[in-house]
Amino acid sequence: MITELGHFALILALFVAVFQAIVPMVGAHRGDSRWMATSGPSAFIQFVLIFSAFGALTHGYLTSDFSIANVARNSHSLKPILYKISGVWGNHEGSLLLWILILSLFGMCLARFGRNLPASLRARVIAVQGMIASGFLSFILFTSNPFERLYPPPIDGNDLNPLLQDPGLALHPPFLYLGYVGFSIAFAFAIAALIEGRVDPAWGRWVRPWTLAAWICLTLGIALGSWWAYYELGWGGWWFWDPVENASFMPWLAGTALLHSAIVVEKRDTLKAWTILLAIVTFSLSLLGTFLVRSGVLTSVHAFASDPKRGIFVLLLLLIAVGGSLTLFAIRGSELKTQGLFAPISRESGLVINNLLLSAATATVLLGTLYPLFVDVLQVGKISVGAPFFNSTFVPIMAPLVFMMGIGPFLKWKRSDARAVGQRLYVVLFVSLAFGIYGWTLATTEPVWSAIGLLLSAWLFTATLVEFVDKIKLFRTTLSNSWNKARRLPRSTYGMTLAHAGVAIVIAGITGASMWQVEKIQIMEIGDTVNVAGYDFKLMGVSDQQGPNYTGMRGKFEVLKDGKLYTILEPEKRTYTVQGRPTTEAAIHSGLLGDVYAVIADPSETGGWITRLYYKPLILWLWVGALMLALGGLISMRDRRFRLGAPSARKAVTARPATVGQEAS
Amino acid sequence: MKSDVIDKTPLELNADGTEKKSKTVFMLPVLIFAGLSIAFAIGLTLNPKEIPSVLIGKEAPQFDLSPVQGREMGLKMTDLMGQISLVNVFASWCTECKYEHPFLMELSQKKILPIFGLNYKDQPNDAQDWLDNLGDPYTRTGADLNGRVAIDWGVYGVPETFLVGPDGRIIHKHIGGLNWEKFNQEILPLITDLQGNSAE
Amino acid sequence: MIKIIMFALGLLFSVQMSAYAVNPDEVLKNPVLENRARDISKNLRCLVCQNQSIDESNADLAKDLRVLVRERLAAGDSDQEVIDFVVDRYGDYVLLKPPLKPVTYVLWSGPALFFLLILWIGFRLFRRQAQISQPKEGTVQ
Repeated sequence: MITELGHFALILALFVAVFQAIVPMVGAHRGDSRWMATSGPSAFIQFVLIFSAFGALTHGYLTSDFSIANVARNSHSLKPILYKISGVWGNHEGSLLLWILILSLFGMCLARFGRNLPASLRARVIAVQGMIASGFLSFILFTSNPFERLYPPPIDGNDLNPLLQDPGLALHPPFLYLGYVGFSIAFAFAIAALIEGRVDPAWGRWVRPWTLAAWICLTLGIALGSWWAYYELGWGGWWFWDPVENASFMPWLAGTALLHSAIVVEKRDTLKAWTILLAIVTFSLSLLGTFLVRSGVLTSVHAFASDPKRGIFVLLLLLIAVGGSLTLFAIRGSELKTQGLFAPISRESGLVINNLLLSAATATVLLGTLYPLFVDVLQVGKISVGAPFFNSTFVPIMAPLVFMMGIGPFLKWKRSDARAVGQRLYVVLFVSLAFGIYGWTLATTEPVWSAIGLLLSAWLFTATLVEFVDKIKLFRTTLSNSWNKARRLPRSTYGMTLAHAGVAIVIAGITGASMWQVEKIQIMEIGDTVNVAGYDFKLMGVSDQQGPNYTGMRGKFEVLKDGKLYTILEPEKRTYTVQGRPTTEAAIHSGLLGDVYAVIADPSETGGWITRLYYKPLILWLWVGALMLALGGLISMRDRRFRLGAPSARKAVTARPATVGQEAS
Repeated sequence: MKSDVIDKTPLELNADGTEKKSKTVFMLPVLIFAGLSIAFAIGLTLNPKEIPSVLIGKEAPQFDLSPVQGREMGLKMTDLMGQISLVNVFASWCTECKYEHPFLMELSQKKILPIFGLNYKDQPNDAQDWLDNLGDPYTRTGADLNGRVAIDWGVYGVPETFLVGPDGRIIHKHIGGLNWEKFNQEILPLITDLQGNSAE
Repeated sequence: MIKIIMFALGLLFSVQMSAYAVNPDEVLKNPVLENRARDISKNLRCLVCQNQSIDESNADLAKDLRVLVRERLAAGDSDQEVIDFVVDRYGDYVLLKPPLKPVTYVLWSGPALFFLLILWIGFRLFRRQAQISQPKEGTVQ
């Protein structure tokens, strides 16, 4: 009964979404405040309805109601509760439901917290949200209904893939979707601005917190996925340039460009067309990701019988949303007038360079991801594009970007003095070169890239630090003076500093994990010791294990450093009872400077067990850096500009002699 | 503060471009997207996981295999010369092969063309039992115990089936299980062509 | 979410029996040859996996190819000859790093072209900015 109610709620939600798409938009066009005012309540009702539907499906999973086809296919009565819940979105239909749940949540939040927006803008933005919701609700109801019944209901379900019964992976999709869907707000803002025919500087300020929220979530979502791959897949890999990974990375790149571009719109009233385009492109890339992953167009193992209807439907959604918005951009984009001027050496130009480089990087990833499809479509053969391509093309584009990231914050708005900036950076350069050389010596492979990686990381970190120190005039005035300055800095400055430093940490982590790793593969008997990068791994024993829904074996390693016990590692190899598939659970101990990582495999025929032991330097820095990024974004979000209608943002637009350049608005 | 009213008169800001020129630039994104969409639409009809054979048109690789246990006639490359034949890669541990098997039995009974079996990485006893119990549609079999011969054929999964011409050239490769529908659609026309050619 | 399932399933499809990525018994005695084997393997795609090289994969086919690569190296083939051997049988698809051929010219030149394009755009943007006279700005409210 609850299931049917959920289904009914979805149908109602579709009607509400269509209403929401049309009425406020028409109202904005005609200036009818009552019609515009329907946007808020519509968004709220839509959320309530979809939330109910989602709740109904969750209820089905929690009660293991196998008369629901979706539950029967993807769940099992033996599954722990956490994974019954995460199983709700662990399949095509359920994940789409999560998608629109988040969409409607954002819509409702916009209605609630966007009171400071001009009424017509707000109405249009919510209307666009309604359009997107209509599209996806139709997709769900017509091709991917999670509430279909199964008669007769099976005794038990098919069990969820054991690899997915994992906390990291349970959280990965919600964060990713918060990101993807969150960018729809920026998209809606862009459409609304194009329809209105103008982009006020305030637009940059309004769009930013929503974009930040989405960006933070996407950052965390990608990091979670990467982290999961690292500890679950058994050989310590964390990024494979796989099409589905790229599908999440491209919106992140474009979203980063959007965040920075919006600053320029806000502060300097320029770069509008570009920012609007970025807002459209970022969400389009989210939609493209949805298409690529669910349509079967790129190499991916089909989890479900591939239904050509689904692929066509998503392509249709794509055509309407992306094609429509880009057409609107083609028609209206050129009418967006810019006002601000800036010198070639200025913060604006730095941000323009940032924009351009990120766009080139995004285009490169897109090219590599789609190229096999192009070759197949043109019937000129069959090729595959793997990690080597991306590593050789993406990194050289990012390198100058990282370089610019160090310089950018030093630049003042409108016009900056190159020499003054250069002087501050001499020390930074020196430090970076030193680290670069150090990176060369630490490399176990690819010394050149190792050097470059550490050089860039040190460059960015030191430059960010020096810039902050400069700003509060530390060491150049009294401590209390500096402290006062620090206290009065806007939160967005802290956010930027932390986030940029986070990028530096991530780069260092990537360098270490990719190029300083030590790997040892061998057969070990009980009592054997193998030394990996100064750590002694001693195999103490191997025992049989029994879990709630699996059997397996567990090895026990004592890891010693300098003769003292550092940690105990217990890797496992499991076979899950229902699906009979084996998985490995690597044992990892994370240290500040590196992880020790042990994997045990089947016994060898000659006695003993195959073991793979690793020392992975700095891999923790990857996740820590990602957290810094997210935290930086969070701090930025709480900048007082986010609070309603700070009119002082206008100061940046009026003509002023060259003392501009304060971050504070 | 309406600094951005839609203004028809060109601003001096456009130092180099006329309005027309800048319009073109704005059209680029949607044009690129249109191109991509066409590719996607076509892509929906394709299968990205299927790796087409690069041996089409080339002579079959040289090999010489003993038969599956319990059978007398082994399989070597020269056996493929002189007639159109099917070479079917199978294994007793492959479930898809089981679904394909009845079709192969019917096909062999119709005596349209000989079917040669390439037994991929199987245990001799298992393969023998499998053929004994389910029936043997193969005129000849070759036991590829370590899978090397299959690698020479570019095999990456089971079942796969090759159509080989009378000159020993590989004409076509079918990935996955065969049935009458696929056989009639894909392979039969090729056989007819070959027979027509050889009749000339 | 689907992406994860598909990724995971692909990997599971690749886990079979007791084979495991680069087993100790596959490792060649000669470290130089073994290094070459590892490098070559890292560039060969596992055809039955989602997105792994034969060096990383646990699949049987990956193991067979790893052994094959080592045999050919031990028999005296050069790196390119070993790669050609595999490509002759499976096509360019098996290469993780797409070869430079007419069909991939666009792929390999693309990023460089993007870079040049943004350089050109940047240059034009800055030139335009520099050409504009300052006083215009003062008229904005």
